[in-house]
This record gives sequence, C-alpha cells and structure tokens, in this order.
Amino acid sequence: MTATQAAPGGVLGQRLLRKEDPALLTGEAQFVADLNVPGALHAVIVRSPVAHARILSVDVSPAMSVPGVVAAFTGKDLEGEWAGPLPCAWPVTPDMKSPAHLPLATDKVCYAGDGVAVVLATSEYAARDGGDAVAVEYDPLPAVVDLDDARSDRVVIHDELGTNTSYVWELTPDQAAVDAAFADAAHTVHGHYVQQRLIPSAIEPRGVLVIPQPFNGEYTLYSATQIPHILKVMLALTVGVPETAIRVIAPAVGGGFGSKLNVYAEEALALALARKMRRPIRWIETRSEATQATIQGRGQIQDIELAADAEGRITAVRVKLLADMGAYLQLVTPGVPLLGAFLYSGVYDVPVYSFSCTSVFTNMTPTDAYRGAGRPEATYAIERVIEDLARAVGVDSAEIRRRNFIKAEQFPYSSAAGLVYDSGAYEQALDRALELSGMDGLRAEQARRRESGDRVQLGIGISSYMEMCGLAPSRVLASLNYTAGGWEAATVRLLPTGKVQVVTGTSPHGQGHETSWSMIVADRLGVGPEDVEVLHSDTAIAPYGLDTYGSRSLSVGGVAVAIATDRVIAKAKAIAAHQLEIAEEDLEFRDGAFTAKGTPERSMPLGAVAFEAFTAHNLPDGLEPNLEASSHFDPPNFTFPFGTHVCVVEVDTETGLVSLRSYTAVDDCGVQVNPLIVEGQVHGGITQGVAQALFEEAVYDEDGNPKTTTLMDYLVPAASELPSYVTDSTVTPSPTNLLGVKGIGEAGTIGSAPAVINAICDALAPLGIHDMAMPATPERVWRSISEARGEEAKGS
Amino acid sequence: MKVSVAVNGAARTDEVEPRLLLVHYLRDVVGLTGTNIGCDTSSCGACTVHVDGESVKSCTMLAVQADGAEITTIEGLASGGELHPMQEAFRQHHGLQCGYCTPGMVMAATSLLAENPSPTEAEVREGLEGNLCRCTGYHNIVKAVLAAAGAGR
Repeated sequence: MTATQAAPGGVLGQRLLRKEDPALLTGEAQFVADLNVPGALHAVIVRSPVAHARILSVDVSPAMSVPGVVAAFTGKDLEGEWAGPLPCAWPVTPDMKSPAHLPLATDKVCYAGDGVAVVLATSEYAARDGGDAVAVEYDPLPAVVDLDDARSDRVVIHDELGTNTSYVWELTPDQAAVDAAFADAAHTVHGHYVQQRLIPSAIEPRGVLVIPQPFNGEYTLYSATQIPHILKVMLALTVGVPETAIRVIAPAVGGGFGSKLNVYAEEALALALARKMRRPIRWIETRSEATQATIQGRGQIQDIELAADAEGRITAVRVKLLADMGAYLQLVTPGVPLLGAFLYSGVYDVPVYSFSCTSVFTNMTPTDAYRGAGRPEATYAIERVIEDLARAVGVDSAEIRRRNFIKAEQFPYSSAAGLVYDSGAYEQALDRALELSGMDGLRAEQARRRESGDRVQLGIGISSYMEMCGLAPSRVLASLNYTAGGWEAATVRLLPTGKVQVVTGTSPHGQGHETSWSMIVADRLGVGPEDVEVLHSDTAIAPYGLDTYGSRSLSVGGVAVAIATDRVIAKAKAIAAHQLEIAEEDLEFRDGAFTAKGTPERSMPLGAVAFEAFTAHNLPDGLEPNLEASSHFDPPNFTFPFGTHVCVVEVDTETGLVSLRSYTAVDDCGVQVNPLIVEGQVHGGITQGVAQALFEEAVYDEDGNPKTTTLMDYLVPAASELPSYVTDSTVTPSPTNLLGVKGIGEAGTIGSAPAVINAICDALAPLGIHDMAMPATPERVWRSISEARGEEAKGS
Repeated sequence: MKVSVAVNGAARTDEVEPRLLLVHYLRDVVGLTGTNIGCDTSSCGACTVHVDGESVKSCTMLAVQADGAEITTIEGLASGGELHPMQEAFRQHHGLQCGYCTPGMVMAATSLLAENPSPTEAEVREGLEGNLCRCTGYHNIVKAVLAAAGAGR
C-alpha cells in the first residue's frame, strides 16, 4: 500500500462507525412508506398488461362503486394537468428524437407497465380493489423487442417521430488514423457482447407522499428519490407548480443504484392529484410494479475491435453500440451510453479511437442509469476482448495488460477519446491483486484438474478497470448537451455552543454521508465527528444541490464541504486575531484552537470564537456576525478510480453450475475518508456486477411481455450464492481536488462482471470456449459445453 | 374479525379485515413501521418478524392467523436504550448501508443463532438465504452474524 496523505486532524482514514446506523437498526428511521397523514388518499396506477397497443377505451366507473374509492381518472381526464411532458434532461444531439411522455398514456401504450388510469381511495387495499375494477380495451399492435428489428423501423413505435432511432452519436477524433491502424495491424480481434437488461431492485420500492396546503398553494413532497433538488425543478416544469411552492424531502431512502435518479410519472401524478383533490396523496410501489415501472439498466449490443502490433500493443480501438432506450426517454436515458463512450480503451495506452452509438426505441420499460451507467458496459467490452488479443498474441491475461497499461509516469494522461485521466498506478493494483489471489497456486491446481479431466474445472479471470466519475465539470456537461451543471453546494456553520452544522446538496441513501462529511469537517476543525450535524435531502434546508449519483458525492459534495469549512476557519481566524490582539499571520490553527506562533499560552479555542461571532460584541470592524460559509464547488475534472479484480470460479462441466470460489479486489479511490465505508461500497458494487454476470436478466418474450416480474423470477443473489470477498486498496490521490479523493460507489460494479466471465472462459478454454453470454446460468454454460463437446466429437 | 396478540410484550385486540396481512397489521394498525415491505412474493425477507419465537415473513401470514401469538418486531429487540447484541454487531461490522433490509435481516439473524448458536460461515449464508440485501453484498452481514455468534459463546 502506498502512503496516504498526512491527515491534519487525524480523523480522515479512520474506520469510524456510522452515525446513520442506530435509527436504521431499530426501525426508527422513516422511509416514505412509513409516512402517512390523516386524510391521505392512496393511489394505485392501472397499468397496461400489453407492450404495444392503441387504447380503445378506459372505463373507470366500475372502480367508483368499490367501497373506499374516492376518485379515478384516465390519462385523458388528466391531460390538462400537465405543463410539460416528463423530462429528459439530456438531448445528446440537436436532432435527437424524443416522444412526448405524459404521466398517464392517453391514446397508446408503449410498454407493459405504461400507466393508463389512477384510482384514489381511503386505503391501500380499497385502491387496489378499485384498480382491479377499471376496464380498459386495447387494440394490440406488433411489439418491438429486438434492437435490430427496432432499427429496421418495421414497426414504428412513436408515429410522430417516423422512426425508432432516437439518435446517432459519434466520437471519432481521427477516422483516417483509426482506419490506417487497422490496415497496418499485426493482430485484430473483434468482440460482440450483449449487455442484458437489468432490473435495479433497490430493496425499498419507490414511493411518494404529497401533502398540500391548498389555501396557500404549497406542497411538501416526500419521495424515495436520489435527487430531491433536481426533482423539485423538474416537477415545477412538468406539473406547472411554481418552484417556490414545492418542498421536496427525501426521507430515509432504501437504496437507489440509479433507479431513483429520475423524475417518474407517479411523482408528477401525486403532485397534480394533490392539487386537484386538495388532499394528501400517497403512492407506494409494489415489487411487481417496480419490475415494469421503474427504469431498467444496461440494454446494449456492443461490437468492439482492437488493432494491435505483433507484440500485442493496442494501436486502435473501434466501437459500435446499439443501445436500447426502451419506450420513452427518461431523465438521462440517452446519456447513459455516452458515459461509457470515452472508456472503451480502458486502462490501456491507445493512440487512436473511434466510437459510435445508435440508440433505438423498443416496447419495453425505459432504460436509464443503473450502477455504473455506461461504464460497466465499456469496461466489460474492453476487458473481455483483450482476452482474445492475449490469445492471438500468445501471452497470458496479466502480460497482455502489462504491455498495454498506461504507466504511472504518464499521468495526467490525455486519452485518444479526449479525456485527461487524473492519476493512476494500474500495474501496482494488478500486482497486488495477483499476489492476494494466490495466482501461482491456482494455476497449479488448474493444471492438475485439466490433466485429470476433473468434472469441476477451475477458472481464473482478471479485470483491470478504470472509470470516470464525480459528475461532473459543468463545462464538460455543456459540451455533451446535458441541460444542468455538475457542481455541488455545501454550507458549514458554527453554532453558539461550538457545535457544527453542515448542509449538503448531496442526498445519501446508504452511502453514509452524515458520517463521512462529519469526518471531513471534524478533521479540519479539530472537533469531534459527534459534534457535527449533517443536514441533507430537504430542499427547504438545503436549497442548492445536485444530489447523489455517478460516484459524485464525495469528490464533488465532500470537497465543497471541505472548502466551506476552510472558509469558516479563515473568518474565525480574523475574529481570533482581533480578540487576541495579534496579527492573523502570527496565528496558527491547530487541534481546534487558534494559537500564537511561539507563545502557545495565547490561544483561543474555536468554540470560544464561535460564541464571540454569535454575540458580535467584539468583532473586527466591518466583519459580519456568525461563522458560516458556503461553497459551490464545480470540479475541474472527473476523477478516475481504478483497480484490478481477480475472480476464481469452479465450473461443474456436467451441470454447468458456476460457483465463485474466491474474489479478490484491489481498488484505488485515492484518499479514503472512511475505509469501512469504502469497503462496504466495494462489496456491494462487486455483488451487482457478479449478479449481472451470473444471475440477473430482465426477460421479455417476443411480444414484449415481461417474464421477470417478481423476485422469484428475477434472481437477485442471496448470501448463499456468494463468497466473502478479499479486498485491499492502493492509494493514488487525485490531484484535482483538495482532499485527493475519487469516487467508489460504482467501481466494484464496473470491475466485476468481466472478471467473472473471464474466469468462466478460462475454465472452459481447453474445450475451445472463449465467450459466454451473460447471465452465465447453468443452462447456458451447460449448452456451451455440450456444443463444444459435440464439435470436438465431430472433429475427432 | 378480531385478532388478539402481544406485540413486543404489549397485549392488544383489534378488529381487522380477514384478508389483512400480518405485515400491514403491524405497520398500519399497530403503527410499528420498522418492519419493511420489499416485495409481494415472500422473496426478500424485509418483513421478517418473530411469531412465538420463530422467524416469519410477515407478508406470508394473515393477521388473523397470528391470533393468540406473541410477536416481536425490530422495535422490540433493543431494550433499556441498548441495542440488542445482533444490532450492535451489525453496527460494529458495517452490516448495513441503506438500512431497508436491515430490520428483517436482523430478525432473521437472531432467529438463526437461536437455532444454531455456533454456525459456520456457510451455515450463516444458507440461513440468511431468504433475506435479500442489495447494498452490502452480504460480506459484512455475514461477518456481523459470525461475530454475534462468537460473542454469545
């Protein structure tokens, strides 16, 4: 492990237990579903059971005779409620096509799960009965579920667009150079990969509660969301309520992983219905609903080609994507492929680069950001296809990576795709991961099993990843046509008793910001983390903020907290100097006190300064009372965490069952505020990538019917399917922020899926199996083995 | 229909719809919202409580089926202002992130140790297979349960 940066207050880097935990462990924490108010009406959405159809009629009158039902509305009934369609904030090209997307469909449904009516009742049970009573007549249309079929425009889903292609986006700095590199290559390899659709499956389904104050026209909206701030602005525009009249609160939120980074139909409906009914409106999603009505992740078909010289040094990368938008564009749907677009060269020094993405509509649930958003897909493609290159060149998986790594001394590194990577030490992470995984012993065991024809074969898979996170420098977002900035806000104030209040614009839902932000502030102020209170996720308390996603919270929001803290210290220093009658430059701030250099008895603790600032009895002329400062930090660059994962699998060649024998992850997210939290993020991240590799897929039949509509069909892995992980880290600080931190929320997911599939392919390489589609279910693996053996038999 | 139960030691009788699920009874009638709902197929275990000492997914049971039973929810686990040893172990080992699966997970884990006070790691993993967590990858949950088992020996 490399040395960590010296921590001034000694708090950074400690494995501090989380402040958040007692409330969550005892049931005291309040999630949206736990909130209720007298007189609330419970909403149930009637959803289309078919993927593509014209709506012939919607009759809500039978619902009105159900006891407890108070009102029921069709999409047409509510058409006048909308000031605008549900928002897409990322028109990636000027000519991007986006259909109008209303919270309830009016003429046509475009995916199974599209809402057509809403029933309001005095209880959840009554609302469900009412929803069941609504009668809808559909005229089914052919459904589009295959991406090539979508691109063919055989059936055009949105008549008004005239095509299913939403956009074509290209990044080709130098096409001639790419073509020349492929023409001159000693080796070329091509990978074709399917990123299956995934259902994010936060264990808390979504939910919303809107409490109106009808006479002053104000609304308090509680939502299980990652983005209270963005939601407020977008709902104001969609529902036509002034932004000043909406207060959004994200209470305890039970996981997001991108699925709660959106502006959903039900949030707009609840607000509009609270306005219309002048009563509180409550909607709680069921799990079955969540498998259709909440966005899904991935959904890409990838073609990646590498050109390389005789030694296997990559000379060019060429990528073509076909991306599944689903039925409509949600908040950042079209931008997800772009978040990976720059990263298909991975951790390698690649001189020329070409990327193109065609995105199409289908009759399935809209896709959008899911843990990693674009970057797991990119990493998968490069980390899979480089295995083919290793084989073509005749070197092993580690060696092909070593030959191509960007070297530590090349940072900051300007990539062919146009990014500047902040810092990295890729080979060091690989070395450590190989050492920890016990590679030599594993290869010996693998050889023995191959030799003896063991039914259970061993496979070892490596994945070396890097990613861009910390969304994002606002000017870069502008160049990508994103309609908002990427800064984050923080306010730090000292209270009269010396306690500290921090207001952050991030919105945690499991990441532990209360703990980590307290540590950042405590470390700088010399107070205890327990003396720091962190307020968040309420637009009335934290008016500015851009919320939590894209591994941005620490490297943007945490840095804003640090900057604001330093501004408070600067003001406090002026007051202390005045009080101690000493020049500011003769004071130093250490261990929570301002002390005269050389005369330690002349000292004033920060708490005393805070009280003086509060009473304002004796402040320097012209200085305002109180100790409070804010920062709106716009990061100068993304941060680029990296690492190497080594997965060891056992493959039962008779049944196709893949078992994870061990999993080793060495990750580098720069300076760590709290290693306990970092490890937790890595564990969870790995698991979601492993889940994509082995278990999960949102399955649709050819008519667009979803087949994975419960947790019995969609296999979120349980403890019994997973091993304990071996984790370690290297620390390569980011030079782009004053904490030296990088993101870690998505890294595990970005690195893990290719490690698992590489391991399976390694196990089965003697059979000539070099690719395995995800998820690598026992059936799929067994079929591959059977086919390979059949081929062998034929060949012999 | 009438249902009489003791919830976290307090006896009560309520008039309920026959179709009311135990989890909705606990949350909406008794007002104990610590027990969470994560699915509708008894797959996720977020709603796990103890009924007469046995761990039960409270969405698999009607409130009226619990008539006469003693029910413990997550709110009944800590006592005297102190976390239960299992809750404390989860905290010490960072066995929770968003905390939504946590009440059910903790209830399942205490029940697991009641049946098998010294489980192996594999037994802990098998024993918790009915409870899903999306945040932790189970690594620290398993660690917490093993630590709680060790502390209880």
